[in-house]
Amino acid sequence: MLQLIGVSKSFVLGTGRRLDVLSGVSLKVERGRSLGLVGESGSGKSTLIRCALGLMRPDGGEITYDGLSVQSASQPDLMRFRREVQLVFQDPYSSLNPRMTVEELVSEGLIIHSLAKSARERRERVVEVLEQVGLGADALPRFPRAFSGGQRQRIAIARALAIRPQLLICDEPVSALDVSVQAQVINLLQDMQRQLNLGILFVAHDLAVVRHLCERVAVLEKGKIVEEGPREAVFGAPQHPYTRALLEAIPVPDPALGRSRRAARRAAAQSEAAA
Amino acid sequence: MTLELEPLEQQITQMHATALPETPLLDVSDLTVDVVSGGRELRLVDGVSFSVQRGERLALVGESGSGKSVTAQALMRLNDRVRLGGRIDFEGEDLVAAAPTRMTALRGRRMGMVFQDPMSSLDPLMTIGDQIAETLRIHGISRADADRRALAVLDELKVDRAAERLRAYPHEFSGGMRQRVVIAMALVGDPDLLIADEPTTALDVRVQEHVLDLLDEISMQRALAVLLITHDMGVVAGFADRVMVMYSGRIVEENAVADLFATPRHPYTRGLLDAIPRVDVTLPRLHAIPGAPPSPAERPSGCHFHPRCPAAMTVCSTVEPLPVHEGSARLRCHLYGKS
Repeated sequence: MLQLIGVSKSFVLGTGRRLDVLSGVSLKVERGRSLGLVGESGSGKSTLIRCALGLMRPDGGEITYDGLSVQSASQPDLMRFRREVQLVFQDPYSSLNPRMTVEELVSEGLIIHSLAKSARERRERVVEVLEQVGLGADALPRFPRAFSGGQRQRIAIARALAIRPQLLICDEPVSALDVSVQAQVINLLQDMQRQLNLGILFVAHDLAVVRHLCERVAVLEKGKIVEEGPREAVFGAPQHPYTRALLEAIPVPDPALGRSRRAARRAAAQSEAAA
Repeated sequence: MTLELEPLEQQITQMHATALPETPLLDVSDLTVDVVSGGRELRLVDGVSFSVQRGERLALVGESGSGKSVTAQALMRLNDRVRLGGRIDFEGEDLVAAAPTRMTALRGRRMGMVFQDPMSSLDPLMTIGDQIAETLRIHGISRADADRRALAVLDELKVDRAAERLRAYPHEFSGGMRQRVVIAMALVGDPDLLIADEPTTALDVRVQEHVLDLLDEISMQRALAVLLITHDMGVVAGFADRVMVMYSGRIVEENAVADLFATPRHPYTRGLLDAIPRVDVTLPRLHAIPGAPPSPAERPSGCHFHPRCPAAMTVCSTVEPLPVHEGSARLRCHLYGKS
């Protein structure tokens, strides 16, 4: 459905030095499927999202949606792309306009894309989608400040889902949330993906969240995809040394494993120093 | 290699254990922290008791609003707009009653602190050498001595080309390197207790691993006690000897790290562990805890966790559970203890 073919992007720094942020990135998100993209800070994740959404023009390569080039799309095609591809941001505190009510926030897309015949139909859709994400009609007149972080992220998801998108691009959607609340939003995204047959591009630094949510995983290192494959393969038998290093560095909630890993690292460092 | 090393680490830990004096390094009893907000008095920390032994690594885990950072700041009396109650016995002295000048003498020398964001702990206009040495200069140590010790502590933290790096400014450093500088500032005075508040939360996983390894090694070599404040159960598991789980201003469960992970008893602790996605196994579904942690202004009656608790009973909404012992754990939950 969404495809990136050899996408490259560089920036020229103030010093005149050229920085290659993305180098020949190819990715494919299929209808109803989830792809996780993991990378550390500076790997090019945010630039990739901007390019994928058509918000930034890549220097090379192509982005297609349903076979049509996003860069050279006609106005109607571009409108369809912007309706069918929705974004959920990391920080639910800054991504929702604090002066808009929940009803205004969630119905905004319906108005922009003229997707409701009447105000009544529009409100019905808003209530329906709020209920889908576990909120109710009583949320309609309230402002974002009345909600906790997890609830705000539900509102952001409802806002994205209201216009019945085909593809959700999630940019670190749970990293700002408390652990006990994270799980609620992860479960919600999982349910929505299955119920609505959504495609999901899930961009995150947290490999555990990606393993949980995504059928396929791509690993981005310094602007290059170094490994891509089904979840069980990437996590079970990582091929690239960078993927292995990332996986081994993640703290696991298992004291015995954590300690034996540290002892192994120390032993490796000592034998390296001795050599 | 691994097999040779593990017994050695155990030996060191045992040596520390046998050398321990009877009195703990830090003994906090019934600590309360109150703040006036909008004309109303709020209790941020509500009767917290714990102790830290010399050389021990103790983790304080909690979510936002639990009071974990407020507790850490209270130990060092960093916030003078709050009112403290209870006792903080540190090396035989009650810090709740200590004069501000006494606190200045203790901070940086007997106790050091590391915060989450290294950039906000560093002065962009000062070389890192001056910043590390400043801690000692405040305590009247000569310029030459302070510089020498700043260099030694950077070496201890395995910073390459340390002498050269001392003349650099914070912006020339990566996030992980900045955090090492902040740790160096906390360690240069050779404290007995290091309080580290989410020291690796802003770092990438590989850098986090490195920083935690360094803290682990230094705490072992110096017999330095570390109070690690974090929200990450994975970090706790790999680093701490003992864990305290804090919820809504109270410590709800405390245990040795292996016992806590093997047998979490409090429904909140169990819920937290069940809510974490795992990188080493694919789980069908996460067990989410319903609702959200309460803000200090809206804490429920009785046990603060009762509205979210799957095992809540009638008593939980009215009666505050008192600490009880169950096996090796100390916990606050009506499911445990007699009655």
